[in-house]
Amino acid sequence: MHCCPILQIGALAMATITRTDVVIVGAGPVGLFAVFELGLLDLKCHLIDILDRPGGQCAELYPEKPIYDIPGWPRISAQGLVDKLMEQAAPFKPQFTFNRMVSSLERLDDGSFRLTTDEGEVLEAKVVVIAAGGGSFQPKRPPIPGIEPYEGKSVFYSVRRMEEFRGHDLVIVGGGDSALDWTLNLQPIANSVTLVHRRPEFRAAPDSVNKMYAMQEMKQLDFQVGQVTALAGKEGRLASATIKGADGDVEVPCTRMLPFFGLTMKLGPIAEWGLNLNENLIPVDTEKFETSVPGIFAIGDINSYPGKLKLILSGFHEAALMAQAAKRIVSPGERIVFQYTTSSTNLQKKLGVVE
Amino acid sequence: MTKLTFIAFDGTRFDVDAENGSTVMENAIRNAVPGIEAECGGACACATCHVYVDDAWTDAVGEPAAMEEDMLDFAFDVRPTSRLSCQIKVRDEFDGLVVSVPERQG
Repeated sequence: MHCCPILQIGALAMATITRTDVVIVGAGPVGLFAVFELGLLDLKCHLIDILDRPGGQCAELYPEKPIYDIPGWPRISAQGLVDKLMEQAAPFKPQFTFNRMVSSLERLDDGSFRLTTDEGEVLEAKVVVIAAGGGSFQPKRPPIPGIEPYEGKSVFYSVRRMEEFRGHDLVIVGGGDSALDWTLNLQPIANSVTLVHRRPEFRAAPDSVNKMYAMQEMKQLDFQVGQVTALAGKEGRLASATIKGADGDVEVPCTRMLPFFGLTMKLGPIAEWGLNLNENLIPVDTEKFETSVPGIFAIGDINSYPGKLKLILSGFHEAALMAQAAKRIVSPGERIVFQYTTSSTNLQKKLGVVE
Repeated sequence: MTKLTFIAFDGTRFDVDAENGSTVMENAIRNAVPGIEAECGGACACATCHVYVDDAWTDAVGEPAAMEEDMLDFAFDVRPTSRLSCQIKVRDEFDGLVVSVPERQG
Protein backbone atom coordinates (compact mmCIF):
# COMPACT_ATOMS: atom_id res chain seq x y z
CA MET A 1 0.00 0.00 0.00
CA HIS A 2 2.72 2.40 0.95
CA CYS A 3 4.55 1.80 -2.25
CA CYS A 4 2.01 3.56 -4.41
CA PRO A 5 2.84 7.19 -3.58
CA ILE A 6 6.53 6.46 -4.16
CA LEU A 7 5.77 4.95 -7.53
CA GLN A 8 3.74 7.99 -8.44
CA ILE A 9 6.53 10.32 -7.51
CA GLY A 10 8.87 8.24 -9.60
CA ALA A 11 6.54 8.38 -12.59
CA LEU A 12 6.09 12.10 -12.13
CA ALA A 13 9.83 12.72 -12.05
CA MET A 14 10.23 10.72 -15.22
CA ALA A 15 7.58 12.76 -16.99
CA THR A 16 8.96 16.18 -16.02
CA ILE A 17 10.12 17.97 -19.10
CA THR A 18 11.96 21.26 -18.84
CA ARG A 19 10.90 23.55 -21.65
CA THR A 20 12.93 26.56 -22.69
CA ASP A 21 13.76 28.53 -25.82
CA VAL A 22 17.38 27.53 -26.12
CA VAL A 23 19.42 24.74 -24.56
CA ILE A 24 23.11 25.59 -24.44
CA VAL A 25 25.41 22.60 -24.14
CA GLY A 26 28.43 23.86 -22.20
CA ALA A 27 28.63 26.64 -19.60
CA GLY A 28 32.06 27.97 -20.50
CA PRO A 29 32.73 31.63 -21.35
CA VAL A 30 31.16 31.41 -24.80
CA GLY A 31 28.04 29.58 -23.57
CA LEU A 32 27.62 32.20 -20.83
CA PHE A 33 27.94 35.09 -23.27
CA ALA A 34 25.39 33.41 -25.54
CA VAL A 35 22.90 33.76 -22.66
CA PHE A 36 23.45 37.51 -22.83
CA GLU A 37 23.09 37.83 -26.60
CA LEU A 38 20.05 35.53 -26.70
CA GLY A 39 18.60 37.33 -23.69
CA LEU A 40 18.70 40.70 -25.46
CA LEU A 41 16.43 39.05 -28.04
CA ASP A 42 14.10 37.76 -25.29
CA LEU A 43 15.18 34.12 -25.59
CA LYS A 44 15.37 32.08 -22.37
CA CYS A 45 18.31 29.73 -21.92
CA HIS A 46 19.07 26.54 -20.04
CA LEU A 47 22.72 25.48 -19.81
CA ILE A 48 24.00 21.96 -19.21
CA ASP A 49 27.56 21.26 -18.16
CA ILE A 50 29.47 18.20 -16.98
CA LEU A 51 31.40 20.26 -14.43
CA ASP A 52 29.84 21.23 -11.11
CA ARG A 53 30.09 24.98 -11.78
CA PRO A 54 30.13 27.45 -14.66
CA GLY A 55 33.31 28.45 -16.50
CA GLY A 56 34.41 25.40 -18.46
CA GLN A 57 38.16 25.23 -19.05
CA CYS A 58 38.58 28.69 -17.51
CA ALA A 59 37.27 27.34 -14.20
CA GLU A 60 38.63 23.80 -14.39
CA LEU A 61 42.06 24.16 -15.96
CA TYR A 62 43.45 27.61 -15.25
CA PRO A 63 41.20 29.75 -12.99
CA GLU A 64 44.10 31.83 -11.70
CA LYS A 65 45.86 32.38 -15.02
CA PRO A 66 45.58 35.88 -16.45
CA ILE A 67 44.08 36.28 -19.93
CA TYR A 68 45.37 39.24 -21.95
CA ASP A 69 43.25 39.17 -25.11
CA ILE A 70 39.74 39.90 -23.89
CA PRO A 71 38.76 43.20 -25.53
CA GLY A 72 38.65 45.96 -22.95
CA TRP A 73 40.36 43.86 -20.28
CA PRO A 74 44.14 44.28 -20.56
CA ARG A 75 44.43 41.56 -17.93
CA ILE A 76 41.78 39.44 -16.28
CA SER A 77 42.03 36.09 -14.52
CA ALA A 78 40.12 33.23 -16.10
CA GLN A 79 37.90 32.92 -13.02
CA GLY A 80 37.48 36.70 -13.00
CA LEU A 81 36.20 36.54 -16.56
CA VAL A 82 33.74 33.78 -15.66
CA ASP A 83 32.48 35.83 -12.70
CA LYS A 84 31.96 38.87 -14.95
CA LEU A 85 30.15 36.80 -17.58
CA MET A 86 27.85 35.36 -14.90
CA GLU A 87 27.12 38.90 -13.75
CA GLN A 88 26.43 39.99 -17.34
CA ALA A 89 24.09 37.03 -17.94
CA ALA A 90 22.27 37.37 -14.60
CA PRO A 91 19.48 39.75 -15.77
CA PHE A 92 18.30 37.00 -18.13
CA LYS A 93 18.02 34.42 -15.32
CA PRO A 94 19.67 31.49 -17.09
CA GLN A 95 18.91 28.03 -15.69
CA PHE A 96 21.79 25.62 -15.09
CA THR A 97 22.03 21.85 -14.86
CA PHE A 98 25.51 20.91 -13.66
CA ASN A 99 27.27 17.54 -13.35
CA ARG A 100 25.43 16.30 -16.40
CA MET A 101 26.25 15.35 -19.94
CA VAL A 102 23.66 15.49 -22.73
CA SER A 103 23.58 11.87 -23.78
CA SER A 104 21.03 12.05 -26.58
CA LEU A 105 19.33 14.55 -28.80
CA GLU A 106 16.34 13.92 -31.04
CA ARG A 107 14.22 16.07 -33.29
CA LEU A 108 10.49 16.13 -32.54
CA ASP A 109 7.68 16.34 -35.10
CA ASP A 110 7.14 20.06 -34.44
CA GLY A 111 10.80 20.74 -35.32
CA SER A 112 11.96 21.32 -31.75
CA PHE A 113 14.60 19.22 -30.01
CA ARG A 114 14.44 16.85 -27.07
CA LEU A 115 17.63 16.42 -25.08
CA THR A 116 18.18 13.75 -22.46
CA THR A 117 20.96 13.91 -19.86
CA ASP A 118 23.00 10.95 -18.62
CA GLU A 119 20.79 10.99 -15.50
CA GLY A 120 17.58 10.89 -17.52
CA GLU A 121 16.43 14.51 -17.24
CA VAL A 122 14.56 15.68 -20.34
CA LEU A 123 14.67 19.15 -21.85
CA GLU A 124 12.88 20.51 -24.89
CA ALA A 125 13.81 23.60 -26.87
CA LYS A 126 13.41 25.04 -30.33
CA VAL A 127 17.10 25.79 -30.60
CA VAL A 128 20.21 23.95 -29.40
CA VAL A 129 23.54 25.73 -29.09
CA ILE A 130 26.61 23.57 -28.72
CA ALA A 131 29.25 25.58 -26.87
CA ALA A 132 31.13 22.59 -25.60
CA GLY A 133 34.70 23.84 -26.15
CA GLY A 134 37.11 20.92 -26.30
CA GLY A 135 34.31 18.52 -25.41
CA SER A 136 33.23 17.28 -22.03
CA PHE A 137 35.66 16.64 -19.22
CA GLN A 138 36.02 12.93 -18.70
CA PRO A 139 38.38 10.79 -16.61
CA LYS A 140 41.73 10.40 -18.25
CA ARG A 141 42.92 6.95 -19.27
CA PRO A 142 46.21 6.31 -17.48
CA PRO A 143 49.26 5.66 -19.66
CA ILE A 144 49.27 1.89 -19.08
CA PRO A 145 49.66 -0.19 -22.24
CA GLY A 146 46.86 -2.68 -22.87
CA ILE A 147 44.43 -1.23 -20.32
CA GLU A 148 41.49 -1.01 -22.76
CA PRO A 149 40.13 -4.59 -22.52
CA TYR A 150 39.86 -4.25 -18.72
CA GLU A 151 37.87 -1.02 -18.78
CA GLY A 152 34.33 -1.36 -17.48
CA LYS A 153 35.07 -4.95 -16.34
CA SER A 154 37.92 -4.68 -13.87
CA VAL A 155 39.19 -1.14 -14.36
CA PHE A 156 36.81 1.68 -13.40
CA TYR A 157 37.31 5.43 -13.54
CA SER A 158 34.65 6.26 -11.01
CA VAL A 159 32.71 4.55 -8.24
CA ARG A 160 29.02 4.45 -9.00
CA ARG A 161 28.15 1.80 -6.42
CA MET A 162 30.54 0.87 -3.65
CA GLU A 163 29.08 -2.64 -3.49
CA GLU A 164 30.76 -3.46 -6.80
CA PHE A 165 34.09 -3.34 -4.98
CA ARG A 166 33.11 -5.46 -1.96
CA GLY A 167 35.44 -8.36 -1.36
CA HIS A 168 37.80 -7.40 -4.17
CA ASP A 169 41.55 -6.95 -4.15
CA LEU A 170 41.70 -3.33 -5.10
CA VAL A 171 44.48 -1.22 -6.58
CA ILE A 172 43.84 2.53 -6.48
CA VAL A 173 46.19 4.75 -8.47
CA GLY A 174 46.69 8.48 -7.96
CA GLY A 175 47.53 11.16 -5.44
CA GLY A 176 44.55 13.49 -5.48
CA ASP A 177 41.41 13.67 -3.39
CA SER A 178 39.51 11.08 -5.46
CA ALA A 179 42.25 8.49 -4.99
CA LEU A 180 42.59 9.12 -1.27
CA ASP A 181 38.86 9.41 -0.54
CA TRP A 182 38.10 6.11 -2.26
CA THR A 183 41.06 4.44 -0.59
CA LEU A 184 39.61 5.38 2.79
CA ASN A 185 35.98 4.64 1.87
CA LEU A 186 36.50 1.31 0.13
CA GLN A 187 39.07 -0.10 2.54
CA PRO A 188 36.42 -1.39 5.00
CA ILE A 189 34.60 -3.43 2.33
CA ALA A 190 37.44 -4.49 0.03
CA ASN A 191 39.40 -7.67 0.62
CA SER A 192 42.63 -5.68 0.24
CA VAL A 193 43.58 -2.20 -0.87
CA THR A 194 46.86 -1.12 -2.46
CA LEU A 195 47.30 2.58 -3.10
CA VAL A 196 49.85 3.42 -5.79
CA HIS A 197 51.29 6.89 -6.23
CA ARG A 198 54.56 7.89 -7.83
CA ARG A 199 55.81 9.87 -4.82
CA PRO A 200 55.15 10.02 -1.07
CA GLU A 201 53.66 13.55 -1.35
CA PHE A 202 50.00 13.93 -2.27
CA ARG A 203 47.77 16.60 -3.78
CA ALA A 204 44.91 15.33 -1.64
CA ALA A 205 43.75 16.95 1.60
CA PRO A 206 46.41 16.43 4.33
CA ASP A 207 43.78 14.96 6.65
CA SER A 208 43.02 12.11 4.23
CA VAL A 209 46.72 11.53 3.67
CA ASN A 210 47.34 11.26 7.42
CA LYS A 211 44.45 8.79 7.76
CA MET A 212 45.85 6.72 4.91
CA TYR A 213 49.33 6.59 6.50
CA ALA A 214 47.75 5.64 9.83
CA MET A 215 45.92 2.76 8.16
CA GLN A 216 49.13 1.66 6.54
CA GLU A 217 50.80 1.60 9.97
CA MET A 218 48.05 -0.72 11.14
CA LYS A 219 48.54 -2.84 8.01
CA GLN A 220 44.97 -2.20 6.90
CA LEU A 221 46.21 -1.16 3.48
CA ASP A 222 49.39 -1.06 1.46
CA PHE A 223 50.84 2.12 0.00
CA GLN A 224 53.32 1.64 -2.83
CA VAL A 225 55.44 4.44 -4.27
CA GLY A 226 55.68 3.81 -7.98
CA GLN A 227 53.90 3.79 -11.30
CA VAL A 228 51.72 1.06 -12.77
CA THR A 229 53.43 -0.11 -15.95
CA ALA A 230 51.56 -3.27 -16.91
CA LEU A 231 48.42 -5.28 -16.24
CA ALA A 232 47.93 -9.03 -16.41
CA GLY A 233 44.72 -11.00 -16.65
CA LYS A 234 42.36 -12.70 -19.04
CA GLU A 235 39.28 -11.57 -20.98
CA GLY A 236 39.01 -8.30 -19.12
CA ARG A 237 39.41 -9.98 -15.72
CA LEU A 238 42.33 -8.40 -13.95
CA ALA A 239 44.74 -10.69 -12.10
CA SER A 240 47.65 -8.44 -11.23
CA ALA A 241 49.30 -5.07 -11.80
CA THR A 242 53.01 -4.43 -12.20
CA ILE A 243 54.27 -1.48 -10.22
CA LYS A 244 57.60 0.05 -11.11
CA GLY A 245 59.13 1.56 -7.98
CA ALA A 246 62.54 2.78 -6.92
CA ASP A 247 63.67 -0.81 -6.20
CA GLY A 248 62.39 -2.34 -9.40
CA ASP A 249 59.16 -4.03 -10.38
CA VAL A 250 56.60 -5.40 -7.92
CA GLU A 251 53.65 -7.49 -9.01
CA VAL A 252 50.51 -6.89 -6.98
CA PRO A 253 47.64 -9.39 -7.35
CA CYS A 254 44.36 -7.55 -7.82
CA THR A 255 40.87 -7.95 -9.26
CA ARG A 256 39.80 -4.33 -9.49
CA MET A 257 41.65 -1.15 -10.34
CA LEU A 258 40.58 2.47 -9.92
CA PRO A 259 42.94 4.87 -11.69
CA PHE A 260 42.48 8.59 -10.95
CA PHE A 261 44.53 10.46 -13.52
CA GLY A 262 42.59 13.69 -13.76
CA LEU A 263 40.33 14.83 -16.53
CA THR A 264 40.69 15.19 -20.24
CA MET A 265 38.32 16.59 -22.83
CA LYS A 266 36.43 14.31 -25.17
CA LEU A 267 33.74 15.06 -27.71
CA GLY A 268 31.56 12.39 -26.10
CA PRO A 269 27.97 11.71 -27.19
CA ILE A 270 27.87 14.82 -29.45
CA ALA A 271 29.48 12.57 -32.04
CA GLU A 272 26.24 10.57 -32.21
CA TRP A 273 23.83 13.43 -32.79
CA GLY A 274 23.86 13.12 -36.56
CA LEU A 275 25.86 16.29 -37.15
CA ASN A 276 28.57 16.52 -39.77
CA LEU A 277 31.93 16.38 -38.01
CA ASN A 278 35.43 17.12 -39.13
CA GLU A 279 38.27 15.87 -36.91
CA ASN A 280 36.08 16.13 -33.80
CA LEU A 281 35.02 19.67 -34.66
CA ILE A 282 31.63 20.76 -35.93
CA PRO A 283 31.69 22.60 -39.27
CA VAL A 284 29.43 25.67 -39.34
CA ASP A 285 28.67 28.53 -41.69
CA THR A 286 30.03 31.96 -40.77
CA GLU A 287 26.75 33.81 -41.11
CA LYS A 288 24.78 32.01 -38.41
CA PHE A 289 27.23 29.42 -37.03
CA GLU A 290 24.64 26.77 -37.72
CA THR A 291 25.60 23.10 -38.04
CA SER A 292 24.48 20.70 -40.75
CA VAL A 293 21.22 20.33 -38.78
CA PRO A 294 19.02 23.46 -38.95
CA GLY A 295 18.26 24.73 -35.46
CA ILE A 296 21.47 23.36 -33.96
CA PHE A 297 24.28 25.89 -33.70
CA ALA A 298 27.90 25.44 -32.64
CA ILE A 299 29.97 28.30 -31.23
CA GLY A 300 33.38 28.63 -29.60
CA ASP A 301 36.28 26.18 -29.71
CA ILE A 302 34.11 23.26 -30.84
CA ASN A 303 33.23 24.66 -34.28
CA SER A 304 35.30 24.96 -37.41
CA TYR A 305 35.15 27.20 -40.47
CA PRO A 306 37.74 28.69 -42.80
CA GLY A 307 39.95 31.03 -40.78
CA LYS A 308 38.69 29.81 -37.39
CA LEU A 309 40.73 30.90 -34.39
CA LYS A 310 40.15 29.21 -31.05
CA LEU A 311 39.91 32.45 -29.11
CA ILE A 312 37.33 33.37 -26.50
CA LEU A 313 36.73 36.65 -28.32
CA SER A 314 35.90 34.80 -31.54
CA GLY A 315 33.35 32.75 -29.62
CA PHE A 316 31.72 35.95 -28.36
CA HIS A 317 31.30 37.21 -31.92
CA GLU A 318 29.90 33.86 -32.98
CA ALA A 319 27.36 34.02 -30.12
CA ALA A 320 26.08 37.41 -31.28
CA LEU A 321 25.48 36.29 -34.86
CA MET A 322 24.04 32.93 -33.80
CA ALA A 323 21.51 34.74 -31.56
CA GLN A 324 20.00 36.57 -34.55
CA ALA A 325 19.40 33.29 -36.37
CA ALA A 326 18.11 31.58 -33.22
CA LYS A 327 15.58 34.39 -32.75
CA ARG A 328 14.22 33.83 -36.25
CA ILE A 329 13.63 30.16 -35.42
CA VAL A 330 12.00 30.75 -32.03
CA SER A 331 9.88 33.72 -33.17
CA PRO A 332 9.31 33.27 -36.89
CA GLY A 333 7.87 36.30 -38.63
CA GLU A 334 8.77 38.68 -35.84
CA ARG A 335 10.70 41.71 -37.04
CA ILE A 336 14.13 41.92 -35.43
CA VAL A 337 15.15 45.49 -34.76
CA PHE A 338 18.86 45.99 -34.41
CA GLN A 339 19.60 47.97 -31.24
CA TYR A 340 22.53 49.21 -29.18
CA THR A 341 22.71 48.68 -25.43
CA THR A 342 24.09 52.23 -25.13
CA SER A 343 20.95 53.88 -26.44
CA SER A 344 18.03 51.43 -26.56
CA THR A 345 15.67 51.94 -23.62
CA ASN A 346 14.13 48.61 -24.53
CA LEU A 347 17.43 46.74 -24.12
CA GLN A 348 18.26 48.73 -21.00
CA LYS A 349 14.95 47.63 -19.45
CA LYS A 350 15.83 44.01 -20.12
CA LEU A 351 19.18 44.58 -18.47
CA GLY A 352 17.45 46.15 -15.50
CA VAL A 353 19.44 49.37 -15.74
CA VAL A 354 16.42 51.66 -16.25
CA GLU A 355 12.89 51.57 -14.89
CA MET B 1 69.72 33.07 -29.17
CA THR B 2 70.19 30.04 -27.00
CA LYS B 3 70.76 26.63 -28.55
CA LEU B 4 68.49 23.81 -27.43
CA THR B 5 68.51 20.18 -28.48
CA PHE B 6 65.44 17.94 -28.40
CA ILE B 7 65.93 14.22 -28.80
CA ALA B 8 62.76 12.58 -30.05
CA PHE B 9 61.85 9.11 -28.79
CA ASP B 10 63.17 7.54 -32.02
CA GLY B 11 66.54 9.24 -31.45
CA THR B 12 66.14 12.06 -33.99
CA ARG B 13 67.92 15.23 -32.85
CA PHE B 14 66.36 18.65 -33.27
CA ASP B 15 68.83 21.51 -32.78
CA VAL B 16 66.92 24.74 -32.45
CA ASP B 17 67.62 28.39 -31.70
CA ALA B 18 65.47 29.56 -28.83
CA GLU B 19 64.69 33.05 -27.70
CA ASN B 20 65.42 33.82 -24.07
CA GLY B 21 62.21 34.07 -22.06
CA SER B 22 60.35 31.60 -24.27
CA THR B 23 59.50 28.21 -22.82
CA VAL B 24 61.18 25.00 -23.89
CA MET B 25 57.70 23.71 -24.86
CA GLU B 26 57.07 26.64 -27.20
CA ASN B 27 60.32 25.88 -29.02
CA ALA B 28 59.35 22.23 -29.39
CA ILE B 29 55.97 23.18 -30.89
CA ARG B 30 57.48 25.86 -33.16
CA ASN B 31 59.94 23.30 -34.52
CA ALA B 32 57.42 20.46 -34.71
CA VAL B 33 59.31 18.15 -32.39
CA PRO B 34 57.29 14.91 -32.40
CA GLY B 35 55.88 13.73 -29.07
CA ILE B 36 55.37 17.15 -27.46
CA GLU B 37 51.62 17.72 -27.47
CA ALA B 38 51.11 20.63 -25.06
CA GLU B 39 47.37 20.09 -24.99
CA CYS B 40 46.61 22.92 -22.55
CA GLY B 41 48.81 25.43 -24.37
CA GLY B 42 51.31 25.94 -21.57
CA ALA B 43 49.11 26.57 -18.56
CA CYS B 44 50.68 23.80 -16.44
CA ALA B 45 47.23 22.22 -16.61
CA CYS B 46 48.04 18.93 -18.32
CA ALA B 47 51.13 16.75 -18.57
CA THR B 48 51.56 16.43 -22.32
CA CYS B 49 54.80 18.41 -22.76
CA HIS B 50 56.74 16.08 -20.48
CA VAL B 51 60.51 15.82 -21.15
CA TYR B 52 63.56 14.30 -19.50
CA VAL B 53 66.31 16.81 -18.85
CA ASP B 54 69.77 15.47 -19.78
CA ASP B 55 71.71 14.41 -16.66
CA ALA B 56 74.37 17.06 -17.30
CA TRP B 57 71.72 19.77 -17.11
CA THR B 58 69.45 18.76 -14.22
CA ASP B 59 71.26 20.96 -11.66
CA ALA B 60 71.15 24.03 -13.90
CA VAL B 61 67.50 23.58 -14.85
CA GLY B 62 66.42 22.79 -11.32
CA GLU B 63 63.48 21.01 -9.73
CA PRO B 64 59.83 21.37 -10.67
CA ALA B 65 57.72 23.68 -8.55
CA ALA B 66 54.96 22.13 -6.42
CA MET B 67 52.21 22.72 -8.98
CA GLU B 68 54.30 21.21 -11.77
CA GLU B 69 55.17 18.24 -9.55
CA ASP B 70 51.42 17.70 -9.03
CA MET B 71 50.84 17.74 -12.77
CA LEU B 72 53.68 15.28 -13.35
CA ASP B 73 51.52 12.73 -11.50
CA PHE B 74 49.55 12.48 -14.76
CA ALA B 75 52.58 11.89 -16.98
CA PHE B 76 53.87 8.59 -18.33
CA ASP B 77 57.09 7.01 -17.00
CA VAL B 78 58.07 9.88 -14.71
CA ARG B 79 61.74 9.88 -13.68
CA PRO B 80 63.86 12.05 -11.37
CA THR B 81 64.87 14.14 -14.41
CA SER B 82 61.27 14.68 -15.54
CA ARG B 83 60.01 18.23 -16.17
CA LEU B 84 57.11 19.80 -17.99
CA SER B 85 58.76 21.74 -20.78
CA CYS B 86 56.21 24.57 -20.58
CA GLN B 87 57.60 25.39 -17.14
CA ILE B 88 61.23 25.78 -18.22
CA LYS B 89 62.04 29.29 -19.41
CA VAL B 90 65.02 29.62 -21.73
CA ARG B 91 67.92 31.79 -20.56
CA ASP B 92 71.61 32.29 -21.46
CA GLU B 93 72.81 29.66 -18.98
CA PHE B 94 70.84 26.98 -20.83
CA ASP B 95 72.87 27.32 -24.06
CA GLY B 96 73.39 23.73 -25.21
CA LEU B 97 70.55 22.29 -23.08
CA VAL B 98 69.51 18.79 -24.11
CA VAL B 99 66.08 17.31 -23.33
CA SER B 100 64.57 14.00 -24.47
CA VAL B 101 60.97 13.23 -25.33
CA PRO B 102 59.41 10.24 -23.52
CA GLU B 103 57.87 7.27 -25.29
CA ARG B 104 54.43 8.79 -24.89
CA GLN B 105 52.62 11.61 -23.18
CA GLY B 106 50.05 11.06 -20.43
